Amino acid sequence: MLYVALAVRAFRRYSTYIAATLAGIFTNCVFGVIISFTYIAVWQQNPDAGGYDVTDALTYCWLAQAMIMTVAIWGGGAPDELAARIRTGDVAIDLYRPVNFLGWWLASDLGRAAYHLLTRGLAPTAVGALLFDLRFPPSMAAWAGFLVAVVLAVVVSFAIRMLVASSAFWLLDQAGVKNLAAVFSMFFSGLVVPLVLFPGWTRDVVMVLPWSAFVQVPVDIWLGRRTGVSLLSGLAFQVGWCVVLLALCALVLRRANRKVVVQGG
Amino acid sequence: MASRTAQQLLWGGRAYLILSWMWIRVSMSYRTSFVVLTLGQFFITGLDFVAIVIMFASVDALGGFSLAEIGFLYGGSGLCLGLADLTLGNIERLGNRIRMGTFDAMMVRPVPLYAQACADEFSLRRIGRITQALFVLAWSITALDLDWSVARVLMVPYLVLCGTLIFLAIFTLGAAFQFWTTDGSEAANAFTYGGNTVTQYPLTIYPTEAIKALTFIVPVAFVNWYPSLFILGRPDPLGLPAAMQFAAPVAALVLGLLAALAWRSGVRRYRSTGS
Repeated sequence: MLYVALAVRAFRRYSTYIAATLAGIFTNCVFGVIISFTYIAVWQQNPDAGGYDVTDALTYCWLAQAMIMTVAIWGGGAPDELAARIRTGDVAIDLYRPVNFLGWWLASDLGRAAYHLLTRGLAPTAVGALLFDLRFPPSMAAWAGFLVAVVLAVVVSFAIRMLVASSAFWLLDQAGVKNLAAVFSMFFSGLVVPLVLFPGWTRDVVMVLPWSAFVQVPVDIWLGRRTGVSLLSGLAFQVGWCVVLLALCALVLRRANRKVVVQGG
Repeated sequence: MASRTAQQLLWGGRAYLILSWMWIRVSMSYRTSFVVLTLGQFFITGLDFVAIVIMFASVDALGGFSLAEIGFLYGGSGLCLGLADLTLGNIERLGNRIRMGTFDAMMVRPVPLYAQACADEFSLRRIGRITQALFVLAWSITALDLDWSVARVLMVPYLVLCGTLIFLAIFTLGAAFQFWTTDGSEAANAFTYGGNTVTQYPLTIYPTEAIKALTFIVPVAFVNWYPSLFILGRPDPLGLPAAMQFAAPVAALVLGLLAALAWRSGVRRYRSTGS
């Protein structure tokens, strides 16, 4: 119950900034249009590039724009707040709360993600569907699978951002690490170029990295390219990374806990 | 009168340089962080081009342009944006400053406001993006087999100068916009970074109406597209008169005047957050 309350509060906190949300949606849509035309140019040349057709590619483009904030591909969200609290020393208060530390921040981040999904996720998708011919999930299973996949994507992303934020326990400032993490995340999530377009063996590599859980897996479920066993294996892939990364988070936090020195005595 | 304006401009420029130098020294006191962030910028923007290269694993031309030609467009646009971003990229923090009330502190200093806003936390690490764009531009020039007449050679610095001026004006417009909506800084990204992304590709991939809009409404086509048509010896897909290929200063001037107007009326309109 506590976690739900936390998530609700995070949701409300983010919903205060309406102008910022509208400005963000506008920007996502502008980029959606630009990238759509580059994809149209690619698939005009090669109608079957990466095994996608042009409708798949356009759907991918707009869903990717919808995921940017929801999955926090560029970073940010609750772990950013944590990093700031590590720097100021406020984290001491978080550490002696009688609540699971990871759970506390995860709940907050899920609340944020819910807000971003309903605004910065839904709006660009609707705009994209108005401007271009997009594909929608062909079955109830695909819809349900997609929703689960988005939640799992947020958790995988949360765990990675949490590891980055935890670096502040040692470095005090997460800026450099965060920057580097954003590079990996942006590129390997397939935000710029769909992972299916990666040539040869590089495609196999990027497909098993945790970042492919951000956009590629949810979108393939949405497109109906993953059904039955393949849908389940996609979700299992995400769950696998969730478990591994969250366990790593817990481990890192345990070590941090032992060495934490709060500034100011 | 004229000499007073000139004097003020001179003082503004000097103040800008002093403030920027101060921020450079600040960033140098965290040297590791500076190196990491600069390299980060280099690689982030670099991966942008890698993405285009990956697309070319599936196709051999986009909008009728080869990878080397797109490299030229990409490098030109990236260089202009990078230079503008280096000069006044942090002007986009204006909304934040208005919200926090620190903009008031800038207003009472005896230094031109615009110079302060431009130099605000001047980030030398942005040379990361500039270096990357230069690499791509240099590669494309060696990969392209162009007949380098004097006019074409001269067109390159002409492109960089005008393109940078256009982006400077767009950054200023985006910042001025924040006098009206303090939270809207992200919308400006659609025009600055969006303008950069649009012009990385040959405009032939967009519908004709879009090319017209990018020429006459948000004139980012003048950043690199029209000058590059001249350098690459390509016909204009819109069939516009050849003079368009040299018209970038006109676009820069119009945008610059608009930006100055917006900035001035924004500052006039500003009423602090109050309490």
